[in-house]
Amino acid sequence: MPIDWQLATVTAVRDETPEVRSFTLGLPAWATHRPGQHVDLRLTAKDGYSVERSYSIASEPERVGEIDITVERIEGGEVSPFLHEVVVPGDRLEVRGPIGGYFVWEADLGGPLLLVAGGSGVVPLMAMVRHRARAGTGVAARLLLSSRGPDEIIYADELERLAGANDGFDVVHALTRRQPPGWTGYARRIDEQMLAEVLQPLGAGTRAYACGPTALVETVANGLVRLGLPPDRIRTERFGPTGT
Amino acid sequence: MGERFVTRGFVGRREPGAGAGGSADERRRRTPPGQYLTDDFPVLSAGPTPRTPLDRWSLTIEGLVSEPVTWSWAEFLALPARDWVVDISCVTKWTHLDMRWRGVGVDTLLESIDLDPKAAFAIAYCDGGYTTNLPLADVLNNQAFVAYEYDGKPLAPEHGGPARLVVPARYFWKSAKWIRGIRIQDRDEPGFWESLGYNNRGDQWLEERYSGD
Repeated sequence: MPIDWQLATVTAVRDETPEVRSFTLGLPAWATHRPGQHVDLRLTAKDGYSVERSYSIASEPERVGEIDITVERIEGGEVSPFLHEVVVPGDRLEVRGPIGGYFVWEADLGGPLLLVAGGSGVVPLMAMVRHRARAGTGVAARLLLSSRGPDEIIYADELERLAGANDGFDVVHALTRRQPPGWTGYARRIDEQMLAEVLQPLGAGTRAYACGPTALVETVANGLVRLGLPPDRIRTERFGPTGT
Repeated sequence: MGERFVTRGFVGRREPGAGAGGSADERRRRTPPGQYLTDDFPVLSAGPTPRTPLDRWSLTIEGLVSEPVTWSWAEFLALPARDWVVDISCVTKWTHLDMRWRGVGVDTLLESIDLDPKAAFAIAYCDGGYTTNLPLADVLNNQAFVAYEYDGKPLAPEHGGPARLVVPARYFWKSAKWIRGIRIQDRDEPGFWESLGYNNRGDQWLEERYSGD
């Protein structure tokens, strides 16, 4: 069965950070996705010139008929500046998906779950976090999120709220460049020591998902292998700028 | 979708600018549909990067062959190699023109081997468990090689080193990283991504990205 293009309608636009914005897309041919999957987006100019990009789905599959994508504005990019500066609610965008069958987590896969992200790499992991909350499973889960500064934490308020529910989910922040006054959390890039500390309460049998820039994903995946996680329980996805 | 949809307000950057692959026109002509050009070399992997010591590394051709052949790292390096300058397109949308590799042609690997008349498919298998499938017709006649250098340097582990298959005429997931062998079969057998929603053939000029494309 081909995955057909469909015309989504942008129903909401929301700023997550100064450089990151979420778009809610109403889908006429909505289909349940698996948390971690992405959609392809196609933009076409009047003369037929067109470009495509992939964006991870940020929302949980329990939300019927619509999805969120979250897009970081890449300076000099061709698509993300357009999405940020031009697209408003009511606009229509061509999308197809959901796509991808490996970097996915669903409640019945179980846990414990370790999610590690750098910057906008948190987007597909957020679909897992939101799905976990909606599914009402008690699977222990931790998100280790590396951001440059407090104002650049994507989904900050929602993550705080979800962690406050005390249902077995918590968030650990690493702020690599700027920390608020009195910050007692991690103030450096993710390293093996940090991974060991964050992994410790989850224990053996943890399933890990890492998404972000290459260097971060390499550090995380290699570090977790050295800490004893079997390679087949570590799933990775590179995310973010690739030069354009 | 019948009539082509036009995205409100979208003009596009269009100008592929300067970079590998020649003039702007040339660069545009060599960019498959839905792809954008980069001079970067993005890394995409499904799991941790495997690291096999070279003294434990080998490359095997097996299956429907008169006799399986295995090369150690030293034996593999002693095979006739050449430079390959090829355009690479990844299903995640980037295309990098004129990537420079050094490696051994699949034709060269098969030279010392008698293929069974029923041989029709090549299944590449790798450290870490990755597999990908290709019709033999897609890898013979200078269409595929096993690379061990990129841009004049040993192939980095995150890019598939010590050695990876490279099949420039297909999306890059067919260019199996960390290759350890090729199994020759009479029947096709979907590999890792081919079993997870990606196209069985993956011709970037036909935009065969996903199942059913």
